[in-house]
Amino acid sequence: MTSYYDPQDLARFSEIGKDAPELAAKFFEYYGAVMAEGELTAREKSLIALAVAHAVQCPYCIDAYAKECLEQGSNTAEMTEAVHVAAAIRGGASLVHGLQMRNVVDKLSL
Amino acid sequence: MQETQPAPCPSACVGFAQTLAQYGLRLVREQTHTLQINTGLLCNQSCRHCHLEAGPSRKEVMDRKTMDQVADYAARGGFQTADVTGGAPEMVPGIDHLLTRLAAAVPRVMLRSNLTAITDSDREHLGLLCRDLKIVLVCSLPATHASQTDAQRGSGVMDCSVSALQWLNTLGYGQPGTGLELNLVSNPAGAFMPPDQGRTEERFRRDLQRKWGIVFNSLYTFANVPLGRFRTWLEASGNYEQYVARLTEAFNPEAVTGLMCRNLVSVDWSGELHDCDFHLAKGILLGGMRQHVTKMHSPPIPGASIATAEHCYACTAGSGFT
Repeated sequence: MTSYYDPQDLARFSEIGKDAPELAAKFFEYYGAVMAEGELTAREKSLIALAVAHAVQCPYCIDAYAKECLEQGSNTAEMTEAVHVAAAIRGGASLVHGLQMRNVVDKLSL
Repeated sequence: MQETQPAPCPSACVGFAQTLAQYGLRLVREQTHTLQINTGLLCNQSCRHCHLEAGPSRKEVMDRKTMDQVADYAARGGFQTADVTGGAPEMVPGIDHLLTRLAAAVPRVMLRSNLTAITDSDREHLGLLCRDLKIVLVCSLPATHASQTDAQRGSGVMDCSVSALQWLNTLGYGQPGTGLELNLVSNPAGAFMPPDQGRTEERFRRDLQRKWGIVFNSLYTFANVPLGRFRTWLEASGNYEQYVARLTEAFNPEAVTGLMCRNLVSVDWSGELHDCDFHLAKGILLGGMRQHVTKMHSPPIPGASIATAEHCYACTAGSGFT
């Protein structure tokens, strides 16, 4: 193994059920239900998943949902905007915590 | 068609004929009502997904004598539809003659257009002829976004396609009540499966109307076939194995019933017959032997076997190539 991440591992996801098959089954059933067409379309959910994949920086999820978005008919401009949404929320989350810094500084400062 | 219990999911190492057998299926003809006519490989584009490797330097084009022989066969065979394709049929000398003869021979004539050749080559004349003959236009447009369209079909193709579609709309194509049918075909811009056809049609309808005021009748989504230039690209980009595996995994036995090859026979620019345009690209002849249209009295008979090859998986993936 030359890397912590191996693209081939994505196809082996189900092996996580070894030693805990009931828990894996529950997870995969839940996962499938979440990603199925509901109030949101499968295409919308795949774009959300792509954005979250970037937010959590999961290369397996990025690989899977980049392909899924294409197969759901999303174009690269939409997918790029989804990544920007992730970036904006992550950046905003950092910035808004700056108020905590200000609160601390204000409390300590004359 | 006979179906038995579902067989195990096929794998990439299993041949198409073997997969059919696993499901208890045979690929045989029904009534052959469509004559697909490949007028040659000359094209003003060199699309990266082209299974025929068509392009500007190709010399293979149908001559006028063959056009007449093909039109005679269309009439003699009682075909319901003539589906004219290429290459870019608009660039073939005498294409107006072929279209005129076919319109007199069969009830429905379709012309496949890449949307740039029709504007490059005397578009007014050919467009007006199509309108007057009520020829159905089937136009390639992979995406409503320029980056994907241009990546597949060449730089600037999206802009040209938009102006061509707008012009066809002004002729009445795609407009309600005119009887002038304008259909779109979308192939994925890469090594992935096409999206759901119904939803994609809705999105194209919304996007094309909103961005450019374009209207059309129907949209069809088809998987790219791993032949020709597309196969070369798949291999060069390291996508070949995973793409073929994806097509194989997506084998849908229910799609076999509706495959276009069961109702269609394809004739090449020299007048030789093939089961379909993909077999034509691969050089697989109808019935495994040279059969020229001049020797054919009728369409291939119902029950006749259809040749199979590994690229057939592209037609049976998901909802299929029907």
